[in-house]
Amino acid sequence: MADIRLEGVAHSYDGGRTWALRPTTWTWRSGRAYALLGPSGCGKTTLLNIISGLLTPTEGRVLFDGRDVTGVPTAGRDIAQVFQFPVLYEEMSVYDNLAFPLRNRRRPKQEIDRRVREVSRLLGLDPVLGRRSRRLDPGRQQIVCLGRGLVRHEVAAVLLDEPLTVVDPALKWTLRSKLKEIHRDTGHTLIYVTHDQTEALTFADEVVVVNEGAIVQAGEPAELFLSPAHEFVGHFIGSPGMNMLPAEIAGGVVRVAGADAGAALPDTAAQAALADGEKLPPGPVRIGVRPEFVELGAAPGVPARVSGVDRMGAYDLVHALVGEHPVVARTEAGTAYEPGAAVCLRFPPERAFLFRDQVRCGSLGPLTGKGAA
Amino acid sequence: MTLILDRVSVRQRGEIWLDDIRLETGTGLTTLIGPLNSGKTTLMRVVAGLQPPDSGRVLVAGKDVTSISVRNRSIAFVYQRFINYPSLTIYENIASPLRLDGRFRGPAIDRRVREVAELMGLAGLLDRRPAELSGGQQQRTAIARALARPVDVLLLDEPLANLDFKLREQLRADLKARFADAPGVVLYSTADPAEALTFAAPTVVLGEGRVLETGDVAAMYARPPTLAVAATLSDPPLNLLPGVVREGRSAEGGVLLGIRPHQVTLAPRGPGAVELPAEIRLAEVTGSATFLHLLLRGERHLVAHLPGTWRFQPGEATRAYVDPAHVLVFDEGGDRLPLSGAEVDLHG
Amino acid sequence: MTRPDPRRRANRAWLLVLPVVVSVAFTAVIPLMTVVNFSVQDVFSPTDRVFVGLDWFYEAVRRPENREAFVRTLLFSAQVLLVEIPLGVAIAVAMPRRGVWVSVALVLVALPLLIPWNVVGTIWQIFARPDIGLGGWTVANLLGVDYNYTLDSTDAWITILVMDVWHWTPLVALLAYAGLRSIPQPYFQAAQIDGASAWATFRHIQLPRLRGVLTIAILLRFMDSFMIYTEPFVVTGGGPGNATTFLSILLSKMAVGQFDVGPAGAFSLIYFLVVQILCYVFFTALTRSGR
Repeated sequence: MADIRLEGVAHSYDGGRTWALRPTTWTWRSGRAYALLGPSGCGKTTLLNIISGLLTPTEGRVLFDGRDVTGVPTAGRDIAQVFQFPVLYEEMSVYDNLAFPLRNRRRPKQEIDRRVREVSRLLGLDPVLGRRSRRLDPGRQQIVCLGRGLVRHEVAAVLLDEPLTVVDPALKWTLRSKLKEIHRDTGHTLIYVTHDQTEALTFADEVVVVNEGAIVQAGEPAELFLSPAHEFVGHFIGSPGMNMLPAEIAGGVVRVAGADAGAALPDTAAQAALADGEKLPPGPVRIGVRPEFVELGAAPGVPARVSGVDRMGAYDLVHALVGEHPVVARTEAGTAYEPGAAVCLRFPPERAFLFRDQVRCGSLGPLTGKGAA
Repeated sequence: MTLILDRVSVRQRGEIWLDDIRLETGTGLTTLIGPLNSGKTTLMRVVAGLQPPDSGRVLVAGKDVTSISVRNRSIAFVYQRFINYPSLTIYENIASPLRLDGRFRGPAIDRRVREVAELMGLAGLLDRRPAELSGGQQQRTAIARALARPVDVLLLDEPLANLDFKLREQLRADLKARFADAPGVVLYSTADPAEALTFAAPTVVLGEGRVLETGDVAAMYARPPTLAVAATLSDPPLNLLPGVVREGRSAEGGVLLGIRPHQVTLAPRGPGAVELPAEIRLAEVTGSATFLHLLLRGERHLVAHLPGTWRFQPGEATRAYVDPAHVLVFDEGGDRLPLSGAEVDLHG
Repeated sequence: MTRPDPRRRANRAWLLVLPVVVSVAFTAVIPLMTVVNFSVQDVFSPTDRVFVGLDWFYEAVRRPENREAFVRTLLFSAQVLLVEIPLGVAIAVAMPRRGVWVSVALVLVALPLLIPWNVVGTIWQIFARPDIGLGGWTVANLLGVDYNYTLDSTDAWITILVMDVWHWTPLVALLAYAGLRSIPQPYFQAAQIDGASAWATFRHIQLPRLRGVLTIAILLRFMDSFMIYTEPFVVTGGGPGNATTFLSILLSKMAVGQFDVGPAGAFSLIYFLVVQILCYVFFTALTRSGR
């Protein structure tokens, strides 16, 4: 096991015209479970293949515990990878599949047998050890693929590239918690690539959000959810994603549709950059607030009109329009709001943020009397 | 416009794929929901005329079309894997069914293509070829092509299943609006309860080739008639615990208790809440919620879906609470019993 | 009330098959029946024939030259398969999978396939001559081997075999190449990650996934080599002696050269059956082992 460090790693498939991965510096710490989250084509698989050595980056270095492995081929890197669909040695039994990586490395017979049986017990593959791998259902096949990665004691990291794509929805839940338990029991570094935010958030200790070839934000699931630093993170994490409502800062107050939504508080980081060190400069901003935190009620608040209600069983989604901008609120099941009703929206402080040019610049604070105006 | 399936059965190689399907739908959207291999695709193929039924009839607008070949039926079909003509532009892809249909000529075709492209958000992409588009745009093209020609029956077989999660979420909302004023019957199949619940359309639940239930999806979610229907409409999956009916009730014997993860709480909600001592196995934190995997009495698995972020150590002891009013009680055959959770003892 | 049976529509599919049935009848079944007709008669002249029952069949099986030709042909086919299949797969594995060299390699490999069969024979007839042929002269003079395919039966045999390998290995190579190209990249990536050697990758990923195309390649090469005619006819004419007289050459000598249509008919029917049976055996063996 090892820390995996990427230093200024970038990759282009067409000799530098376009960059699938823009210069990235990042360290994957040993023993943690990571999710690499982003839409298809964002560069997450490229990043994964650079770590495993299937791809040599156009620029930058890859370090395993400080050792430069940029030029080292895959077989020399002690990396395991599980692909989108099960990649098995189909004519072999499950046992032989699990033993294959060890046999290739010429380990003694007893050790191979011991490791295969350990991994098989861990993954619940004992009843099918003797079966031909191609006769298993896709879910089991993916588990065998995972087992082929785990069977090597010394693997620095197990990379999973959308491993649950071919699995039945109900089974996904089971396999994912299984994966998490395995991580807890074995302590391997896991890097899990997915476009599904639920998968990423439930699985990982730390989620790395990637968009257009660059890491946008990384952090614990709760941090990304509660405190997104970029509009993309707000949109991509959470279901539905964060509401983005155009607003205007004037005199330190954020105004939407003629109503005061709250005070404009600069972020500490942004504050340092401000000349007068006091307030956010006036001008247009966007208020970002998650549907979970939008409060519906009577005045005061931002006036809106209910445009629809989705009853999702466990909860309701109330769609409202502020002017012509949609806002979604997530409420408990059985809400009484009906389409057409007038309603006021309130955005709680600490849960609503301000974005300029897609980057967070501040947050919404409580209105302090009338002094701000 | 109506679509009626009258006692349709399909058998293949000794297996029953569709078993005595009776179904009646009108103009607008009907959702077809079921797990893998429940017969969704076969049913759609029968409606399309791609699969002749072994018995039974298909009626469109009151007319028996069972023996009419697929080319002479007024249908359009969108598949799970987006299928477009790779060598044609998006414009020509959408125009192709209109060109084959004698009712459309030059300017009418152009007008219709632009109309549908606008509807599906493809207006700026008409000159591109499918390979230059994202997966979501390609699937929207396939749907636009199906929408271009007015048809009696529009079939969509899990059209969003192969798309990114976020795209699925967005298209789900878009499609609901698009189908609202469809001129014919729209049959939409899915395995994802969120899609069915968002559409809030008349819903048919399929299981093992049979119609398990039809009706309003929200009502079915709240009061599922059988365990199979409850399971099909629950994501995350339903918790199941064995129980025994207390004496002197309208039923007796062993039962299964179905508890939705979001109904399990860590503090009692309401006076009648049942307390369950549990050991924490695993906590999955998603930011908006925490999935807590619990072990009851060291053997029964229970998942709680808690709003907000909760921190736990595996192995920690805790108490879970369930409001009996929200517990679904099923008999051993899987039928829901008209019992409240308060009339049942947890097994063991 | 009666309803149209949906199954009846499916029966219409048979109508679509009808043209094939008719054309097969004209191209295969009717000519075959003519052969059957000849095989049970002794034809003295077009108007004078005698029904002889199965006599010609007994004779065909008894004649020593027939038996020798049969064994010879079987041996030849076995050698062709043993050389061409592994060699073709090896070439396919060695061919580039992407880049500008792909088309170059494809054209080079496909070249022998584009030459008409009798031209192949003519080319080799000259090429292998020890006096004026480049190949023959090289072998005889530079390598110092006593080589002359018109005099020595082993030399003649090897010449025909090498010619067939040169002519037809490309077919196997192209089929195998197409099969290899269809293997998704992740399989090779997984093998790299599992530390598989080149041989293990071939043995456990490429070979299992070539089963389908190799079945076709083996069947094609077997049928074709078992019926080889043009090339040896042009190069050696079946000689020296009977060294390269394969079944088809013997058969045409019988039927065309000596106008023994009766024995030739019986013999060709047996020949036909043997090809069928062996193909069936190959096919079942190859598909069974895949399950």
